[in-house]
Amino acid sequence: MVDNRADTRVSMRTPLARAKGLGPAGHGAGEWWIHRMTAVSNVPLVIAFVIIVAAVAGRPYADAVRIVSHPLVALPLLLFIVSITNHMRMGVQIIIEDYVHQKGAKIVALMANTFFAVIIAAACIFSILKIGFTAF
Amino acid sequence: MAVKAPAPRPLSPHLQIYRWSWTMAMSVAHRITGSALYGGTVLLTIWLVALASGPGAYASVAWFFGSPIGYLVLFGYTWILMHHMLGGVRHLIWDFGYGMEPTERIWLARMTLIGSSALTILIWAAALLLR
Repeated sequence: MVDNRADTRVSMRTPLARAKGLGPAGHGAGEWWIHRMTAVSNVPLVIAFVIIVAAVAGRPYADAVRIVSHPLVALPLLLFIVSITNHMRMGVQIIIEDYVHQKGAKIVALMANTFFAVIIAAACIFSILKIGFTAF
Repeated sequence: MAVKAPAPRPLSPHLQIYRWSWTMAMSVAHRITGSALYGGTVLLTIWLVALASGPGAYASVAWFFGSPIGYLVLFGYTWILMHHMLGGVRHLIWDFGYGMEPTERIWLARMTLIGSSALTILIWAAALLLR
C-alpha cells in the first residue's frame, strides 16, 4: 500500500525516503492496514459468532457437536478465530508499545503477546476441526 | 562548591486534570474493552476445547456458563463485544475522514454506548425468547 508517485507539493522528505516509502517507524504501514482489514472482517464474523453461541447455549452435548460440526457453522467460526486472533495481537501490541518503554520488558511483552495469540488460535482451530471431522 | 539543584520542570498535563468528555470516555472504553476481549478469548478457547474433548468436559463448562455467575460473565462479554465492535465501526468512519466535527464525533461516541447497550439487550432478549 505504498504510494511512490512523485509528490508535486513541496515536501520535507528526501528523495531516498520517498523511494523507500517508509515512515519514521522504519517499516511500512502493513500492520496498520491488516489491523483495519481484520476490523472490517470482524464485524460480520462477530455477528455470526454471537448467533452460533446463542444457538448452541443450553443444548445437550450431542446437539452442540452437531451444530458446530456443520460446515456453515464451522467455517465462519474458523474465519472468526483467524480474524480476531490477528486483530487482538496487533491491538495489544499497540498498547504495549504505548506503555512499556523499558527495552527488555518490551521485547518480552511483545513476544508473550504473540505467543498468547498463536496458542489461542491453535487451540480453537484444532478444536473446531476435531469437532467437524469426528462428528459423523 | 554546592551543585545547584535543577529547577522543577513543568510537567505535561495528565489524565486527571481533564474534564471527562464523551469522546475521551469512549476512547478509553475502546482500549479497555479490547483488552477485556483479549482475555475473554480464554473463555472461548475453554468452551471449544471442552466441546472437542467430550461430554464430560463439556458438561462442566456448560454448567459454569449456565450458572448465575456464568450468565453475568456472558452478559458482560456480550456488551463488551458489542461496544468494541461499534467503537471499531466509529474508528473506520473516522479513517475515511467523516464524522470529525464536534457535534458529529460526540453523537458517534454517544451512539457507541447507546447502540452497544441496545444490541446487548436485543441479543439476550432474542436468545432467551427463542429458547
